[in-house]
Amino acid sequence: MQTSNKQTLISLQNLFFSYDKEMILEDINLDIDTRDFLAIIGPNGGGKSTLLKLILGILTPTKGNISKIESIGYVPQNTNINTDFPIKVIEVVMMAQGLSKRKFFGYAKEDITQAKEILKEVGMLEYADKKIALLSGGQRQRVMIARALFSKPEILILDEPTSSIDAEGQKQVYELFKKLNEEMTIIVVSHDISIIMGYASKVAHINKKLSFHDTSALATKIDTQINHVCEVELLEMLGKCKC
Amino acid sequence: MLEALSYQFVQNALIAGVLVSFIAGIIGTLVVVNRMVFLVGGIAHAAYGGIGLALFAGIPIFVGTSLFAILAALFMAFVTIHQRDKIDIFIGLIWAVGMALGIIFVDLTSGYNVDLMSYLFGSILAVNQEDLYYMGGLLALILLALLFWYKDILAVSYDSEYASIRSINVPFFYTLILILSALSVVVAIKVVGLILVIALLTIPIYIAQSLSSSLLSMMFFSGVIASIFTLIGLWFSYSFNLTSGASIILISALSLMFFILLEKLR
Repeated sequence: MQTSNKQTLISLQNLFFSYDKEMILEDINLDIDTRDFLAIIGPNGGGKSTLLKLILGILTPTKGNISKIESIGYVPQNTNINTDFPIKVIEVVMMAQGLSKRKFFGYAKEDITQAKEILKEVGMLEYADKKIALLSGGQRQRVMIARALFSKPEILILDEPTSSIDAEGQKQVYELFKKLNEEMTIIVVSHDISIIMGYASKVAHINKKLSFHDTSALATKIDTQINHVCEVELLEMLGKCKC
Repeated sequence: MLEALSYQFVQNALIAGVLVSFIAGIIGTLVVVNRMVFLVGGIAHAAYGGIGLALFAGIPIFVGTSLFAILAALFMAFVTIHQRDKIDIFIGLIWAVGMALGIIFVDLTSGYNVDLMSYLFGSILAVNQEDLYYMGGLLALILLALLFWYKDILAVSYDSEYASIRSINVPFFYTLILILSALSVVVAIKVVGLILVIALLTIPIYIAQSLSSSLLSMMFFSGVIASIFTLIGLWFSYSFNLTSGASIILISALSLMFFILLEKLR
């Protein structure tokens, strides 16, 4: 996806992070540009979620620099928390910072209009006034995506977005990301290798250290149309090679 | 029954019952959705230390108890904000230590034989004008906090991690909910007593939760349901000459069982 006015939105320089004395991330360097579709992959405990939390500012790095733009939308990994909470779909969406600066009780008209537009975009408009408890895992996922989109971010960050939904739901969600990627940068943390082939433009493999891949370079090595690629082999390759 | 309504103390009891029901409905909702029921239970029992202290120092009971309960809430907020997994230990701690302190303070108070039972099980028929002002003031304070911070409180309660990314001050609202709970516990002690506070903060809320599609409506329904239970409980206790607090709780519990049965049948 080549655009003429490419611009670095997030830049990580010589980033280190450790819990107590255990090093979680070592010397991470990563630039994320306009309209990238970056997949962050790697083994469990390799530091994927930590990297995400550093980017979001939930954690502060032990050493190193992060420069980033303000407008980031975030979809957390576990969207099945508090499922019996008495809250309507549209209220969840408007939990993000909207157009109106209204602090007081009640929601501004412009916010409601925008929330409905975004719910329509993710295909959940008809559920706007439904209780979140009545939704399926995949539907709840879409609502969380709508919430992240509500503040009109330039970057959308998703942590394991398909871990709690079935295969059909997963495909729909990725098709949605593809559409969204036409307008914004997307960062996805995932176990799911198949997204690298189908959707991501860049892949970062994290296991304490980061190795970076451009999927167009990969594509020349693997003809996905013909051969089924063994995910284990692919992971191994991504972990080792320095392309 | 109608004749009873002409007595000042009965009128006070009815007003207090409704005020406390709405306080318990709103705060109970927040306590339940934030999964702090036993945390607040611990504060309720710790508040007995405040009752003892107030008797010992000769200050008004509401003032002494409120101060003590707020201190307990602040302590709990401080120790549990970053390590919620150790919360059980601290609940046990303030629960026991607060009650022990209360009993020692009462021992040390000379020439005053306190009716411990009235604090354990409530004394709604002894509510006076001053108590009513205190309850009304607290309800106003809670409504004001909601008016200013409903959206923030909603965000923190539903998804605290997301709230912190939006730079909502999560520890502040966590502490605020605990302090308001502590103050509510103090007034609920007057009506149902500190042993039974937890029932008032949970039973109406449980019923309201399945009827509500938003946090706000859950608060409102909880208040209405708690009021109905309180008024029926009072009537029951008056008619059969039974302890009011225990009557209110048993009426609530029976209604809850009936409600669950109805839900199962549907």
